[in-house]
Amino acid sequence: MSEALTHSAGSAGRARSFSGEAAAPVQDLLVPLRRQTPVSRANPVAKLAAVVVLMLGVLLSIDLVSAGVMFALLAVIAVPASGLDVGALIRRLWFLPVAALLAGWATAIMAEKTGAVLLDLGPYLVTTDSLSAGAAITLRALALALPGVCVAATTDPTDLADALVQHLRLPERFVLSALAAARLVTLFVEEWKTLVLARRTRGIGADSPLGRVRALVPLAFALLVQAIRRGTRLAMAMEGRGFGTRARTWSRISRFHARDAWLVAGACVFSALSIGAAVVAGAWRLILT
Amino acid sequence: MTALPITARGFGWTHSGRARPALSGLDLRIEAGERVLLAGASGAGKSTLLHAIAGVLPEESGDSRGSLLVGDAPPAAARGVAGLVLQDPDSQVILARVGDDVAFGMENLGVPADRIPGRVREALETVGLPVDAAHPTRALSGGQKQRLAIAGVLAMDPGVIVLDEPTANLDPAAVPAVRDAVLAAQARSGATMVVVEHRLEIWADHVDRMIVLGTDGVVADGAPETVLGDAALRSLLEGAGLWLPGTAVPCLRTGAGRASGSGGAPAVSGRAVPGSGAGGLPSPGEVLLTAEEVAVARTGGPPVAVVSAEVRSGRALALTGPNGAGKSTAALTLAGLLPEASGAARASESLLAGPRRPRSAQPSRWRSRALVTRIGMVFQEAEHQFLRHTVADELGFGPHRAGWAKSRIAERVEELLTRLRLTELAQAHPQTLSGGEKRRLSVACMLAAAPQVLVVDEPTFGQDALTWRELAAMFAEELDGGRAVVAVTHDEAFATALGADRLEFSACGRGCAGDRSAQDGSAQDGSARGGTAARNEGTPHV
Repeated sequence: MSEALTHSAGSAGRARSFSGEAAAPVQDLLVPLRRQTPVSRANPVAKLAAVVVLMLGVLLSIDLVSAGVMFALLAVIAVPASGLDVGALIRRLWFLPVAALLAGWATAIMAEKTGAVLLDLGPYLVTTDSLSAGAAITLRALALALPGVCVAATTDPTDLADALVQHLRLPERFVLSALAAARLVTLFVEEWKTLVLARRTRGIGADSPLGRVRALVPLAFALLVQAIRRGTRLAMAMEGRGFGTRARTWSRISRFHARDAWLVAGACVFSALSIGAAVVAGAWRLILT
Repeated sequence: MTALPITARGFGWTHSGRARPALSGLDLRIEAGERVLLAGASGAGKSTLLHAIAGVLPEESGDSRGSLLVGDAPPAAARGVAGLVLQDPDSQVILARVGDDVAFGMENLGVPADRIPGRVREALETVGLPVDAAHPTRALSGGQKQRLAIAGVLAMDPGVIVLDEPTANLDPAAVPAVRDAVLAAQARSGATMVVVEHRLEIWADHVDRMIVLGTDGVVADGAPETVLGDAALRSLLEGAGLWLPGTAVPCLRTGAGRASGSGGAPAVSGRAVPGSGAGGLPSPGEVLLTAEEVAVARTGGPPVAVVSAEVRSGRALALTGPNGAGKSTAALTLAGLLPEASGAARASESLLAGPRRPRSAQPSRWRSRALVTRIGMVFQEAEHQFLRHTVADELGFGPHRAGWAKSRIAERVEELLTRLRLTELAQAHPQTLSGGEKRRLSVACMLAAAPQVLVVDEPTFGQDALTWRELAAMFAEELDGGRAVVAVTHDEAFATALGADRLEFSACGRGCAGDRSAQDGSAQDGSARGGTAARNEGTPHV
């Protein structure tokens, strides 16, 4: 390179690094995890068991009391115990409460109109009973979603795969392939953005909202082509390392600890409390009866 | 495991659905522990042979002839005995944590769990990647990912290590470390090693033997210095598109960035270069595009660099610097594909003029139909840009979007097909082309609607010498025709061949590119704190 150009990276406004890494979360899958807790560290199989127990607690009856008690217990105890960043949880998953409210509103309008009339706007008639049915649906939806969100956000996919194979005896070929493929999903997000830009430079940019919608199908197809290419290469890399040849060993052993028992026991208590409260209050209405 | 020999007797392979065999009648014996560089023109079946040795060619995917043995067993039975390293770093990372990824192969081979962690550590040290076992694999650079893959193969204690262009997708600075990792892994395991590569200088001094495949089997076989010392063989290899050590790289245009001929490889010679005293520098044309303190950012991301640059007619501008410094993001912004995080790129009057004249001078605000005749862009991976089912349709697409008349489009397509030697492939599906053909097609697509500014991202990555020369000549021709070229490139020789001005990017720590607070800050903030600062000092007149 000629002399004259060696100074071309001018001193003006040189790079300055940020020291922002200290505040980085321990893990960021769906919602950032601020700190590890006994709940976040629990065995994935125990977490799944806890989710099933909690779901039974809210699914067996459609009433305001059991759903309300469960939602309160989860919001006040379970979410803080998970170690998740609550602010980020609300920011990223704001659409869940919105959807729950919409479902509740729809129920309030559609449900049987008994009790006192609260709101009468022609077709929109809301009574005390229909409103309580709507509120029950909203709270139930939230109480169903929260445990799933907590488990998804606190469980490392690799740990989940280990636990599923070692404890639940799921087929290892399938589980490990799915685990490796899941890692490609983040690449696909980047790939999608690139494909959008590549189309624009060819003269079919999404210049209008309608154009953006029309571009979805060809974009999805282009992404599928890329996905197959990448998947094929990944499969080859895995086979090149002897995947699927003989009996496999596991360097990571998925173990159960006391905290796993406590987690499942806690879930049982939550369910018992919410069902008990509903029975005592006389609100208990078993589904399918 | 002890090293194993590889024996091919009349070995051939035809991929299903293809008439021509990828390999046929191959007779070859590679001794145990030998280090072999396997070279040949694209389409000679090098990759197919490697995949066959590694046992990853599924029986149902083609027809096999003759025999291929690793040790004394067919490779499919001995899968895992031969470790395979591929070209694309992203597709070889299997698990999320470094330690787990290295352990993956051992687990598959049934190595007892208590012996795995020790071997993981040892393998990572051997390849020069001494990171924590819990280190996330996605935080590794391309070169580190390749070393990780080598560690994974080494830990399996293979009898054979095969590598398919392990450095082709890396920037030149990362290549020596990866090569050394391969050599260290080979020395440690004593395994037989076969590496495919078309840049021969990377391996020529480090292997025992060089085998050159032609379309009809082995063309040359011997010690690298013997093969490369033979003048007749050399010209044969050159004709096959291989990069020979010390090959002359043409300097097609003169400019500020011209390297002197001595020192590093490849040396520069070729067309006569007017001396600086002769006033031979092409006078810089008028400015087509200006960026003044523009902060660039990916969609939804924080600013990664601040750029000031002038893009001038008849001149090439090379964006250089380390990975992650924001070069590609800057190129996408100059190409009007990404909105500026702050500041604005501005097109000059002559770039704005013409049909479908945009109202704004800011390319990122133009409609795509206006963009296609003014600024063209070629992405690093050509596949991303293909939209049609035939090569001819693909070439006509841009002009069609720009609203050209049918006859004019047909003429243009014909012209480009001839110029880029794609006439025979006019009806082929773009996705079925070879790597070099795809690259030529993607460049041709960009040129189709005759934009004045050509933006390209690593156009020469992984290309053989033939394609490289064609690309360099093509861009030189476009520059002579008064167009401007902006190229993100790690390829010094390419920038030199075009006589490019340099826009150097300096990297900063990972923290600044990923910092969240930059997103929340005002635009002014972003520019002040942006990760990278780059300034185009332009060409000094001599």
